[in-house]
Amino acid sequence: MTSPPAGPGVARYRPTGSDRSRLGGCWLSAGIASVLVAAVIGVATGPVPIPIWQVILELADRLPLIDVDSSLSPADRAIIWDLRAPRVVLGLLVGALLAGSGAAYQGVFRNPLADPYLLGIAAGAGLGATIAIVTRLRDAVGFMDPVPLAAFVGALLAVAAAGTLSTRRGSTGSPATLILAGVAVANFFTAIQTFIQQQNSETLQQVFAWILGRLSTAGWGEVRLLAPYAVICVVGLLLSVGPLDVLAVGDEEATTLGLRPRTIRRLVLMAASLGAAAAVAVSGLIGFVGLVVPHAVRMLAGTSHRRVVPLSLLFGAAFLTLADVLARTVRSPAELPIGVITAFIGAPFFLLILRRQATS
Amino acid sequence: MQVAWSGVSVVLGGRTVLDGFDLSVAGGSWLVVIGPNGAGKTSLMRTLAGTVGHTGTVRIGGEDAGGIPGRERARRLAVVPQHPVIPPGIDVFDYALLGRSPHQGLRFSPSERDRRQTLEVLHRLELGGFIGRKVDTLSGGERQRVVVARALVQDTPILVLDEPTSFLDLGHQLEVLELIAELRTERSLTVVSTLHDLTVAGQFADRMAVLDHGRLITHGSPAEVLTPEMIASHWGVHAHTEVDGGSVTVTVRRRQQASAQASSRSIRGQSDQSRSRS
Repeated sequence: MTSPPAGPGVARYRPTGSDRSRLGGCWLSAGIASVLVAAVIGVATGPVPIPIWQVILELADRLPLIDVDSSLSPADRAIIWDLRAPRVVLGLLVGALLAGSGAAYQGVFRNPLADPYLLGIAAGAGLGATIAIVTRLRDAVGFMDPVPLAAFVGALLAVAAAGTLSTRRGSTGSPATLILAGVAVANFFTAIQTFIQQQNSETLQQVFAWILGRLSTAGWGEVRLLAPYAVICVVGLLLSVGPLDVLAVGDEEATTLGLRPRTIRRLVLMAASLGAAAAVAVSGLIGFVGLVVPHAVRMLAGTSHRRVVPLSLLFGAAFLTLADVLARTVRSPAELPIGVITAFIGAPFFLLILRRQATS
Repeated sequence: MQVAWSGVSVVLGGRTVLDGFDLSVAGGSWLVVIGPNGAGKTSLMRTLAGTVGHTGTVRIGGEDAGGIPGRERARRLAVVPQHPVIPPGIDVFDYALLGRSPHQGLRFSPSERDRRQTLEVLHRLELGGFIGRKVDTLSGGERQRVVVARALVQDTPILVLDEPTSFLDLGHQLEVLELIAELRTERSLTVVSTLHDLTVAGQFADRMAVLDHGRLITHGSPAEVLTPEMIASHWGVHAHTEVDGGSVTVTVRRRQQASAQASSRSIRGQSDQSRSRS
């Protein structure tokens, strides 16, 4: 069958529904595939060897409407579902939240160097965790680990402080004021944290291990802790992709296009900060994911937030899960802090981007 | 749609940049605001766009603009800024499509109709061949047309242009302004613009206003406003004006033509001397 020839003067370029969304669909499929592959590798990797096809069958068996037998022993099943799966799911969630909120921060500040720790989340969480560790809150509370909660509260306090300090009566500050307030708050919180840490040198190692970040879990507790915030954050970010694209022309022009830049900025920052703070609370400070993943996505799939945000969520999830596999296996049976792995891959990559930007 | 200012003042950094501006523009006409640098032209445009705080009343379509929600205002009035911000890496279609924003829901999600209208405007502006190109790789003239396209995609009865041709050569200046003139007739748009080139301004305006030090000096038809006396007193240059029907041609003379000629003679004389010496 032959299609009729396009007449002269007829718009042959049809961005409506054809090549554009097909390209977007390709990247979306690639993102979902990368998450699935990372999850399977994550679950299959560990000190006890379990064949990958058995892992796939076991995972597939849990899907609705699928009934297959992986012929795994009960012990192997327990390893998969009680030890490895919670860690992999946690890695997926933390990676998605850090990369997604990084993409949102970069969009809101129209600055490619912004990352989810820009407004003091890292410093606030660090202070909260340090206080919880040195005061031995764990012994006092008993029934749960108070460190994540303390870190979460610390992180949100820091962002709230930066937001409040940059706001003058009656008007919210400019993005630049907000960033400067964030830097000031971060330094202030870090100073207190360093002081407390120095006064309690016997807990130094514990604090240090927390700061480096890790995905070690004991069952599904951390995942359950993180899940509600993850849902709020992801839904919020996915709803904000359109406004973020309009905001890309700057506050003044966005206003003339009917957007309220300050309201949008505040809402997006709240959603992103909530997700990043929750991620940091359960995993410590894992750097570079929020910076590197959105950048890579932008280089590959284009700069529209309609792509950058969802793809950052997916590729961030896959990236962190694979980084965790490396952290577990490079010096097995010892574990490297995952923050070391992400920085080790992230820093050179980031320098590469900087060089590219400098030359263009 | 009509636009009117009454007693509008803007204070920026303690300085009054617009001082009690009063004027009204009838629907379907083209008002060109002229004035020397720093006269307050851009601030005046921003009072329409709603992007600067002001006292007094701005009316858009007879309604106090202060009471019009931002989105509704963006459906009435599109702005071509003097220095548009081009998001890095954006292509022509996506950039023009941003003009549909005020017509979209809270998620700013473009519909099939938004895409179709954007495509129509791009073809109307002969930008069909540029659709997939990145805006930041276009020449100044092409880019300016793309920015105008975004404003037209916005599909508003009023168009506000702040120095829409400031970075264009003469040919491209005329091209952009002729396009706007055509579209104005076609869609009965009200156009409010600033233009620094008096000759060009006199060709396209049907109403003109002179602004200096934040004050409205005079307004009227180009023939009434563009007089040699007016140009001399506010721009400090000698000019010759020629009225031809509705448009005015302004020819500007060098301020010190005689002395300039004298000095050029003497330079030539010196170089002749130096050549003869060597």
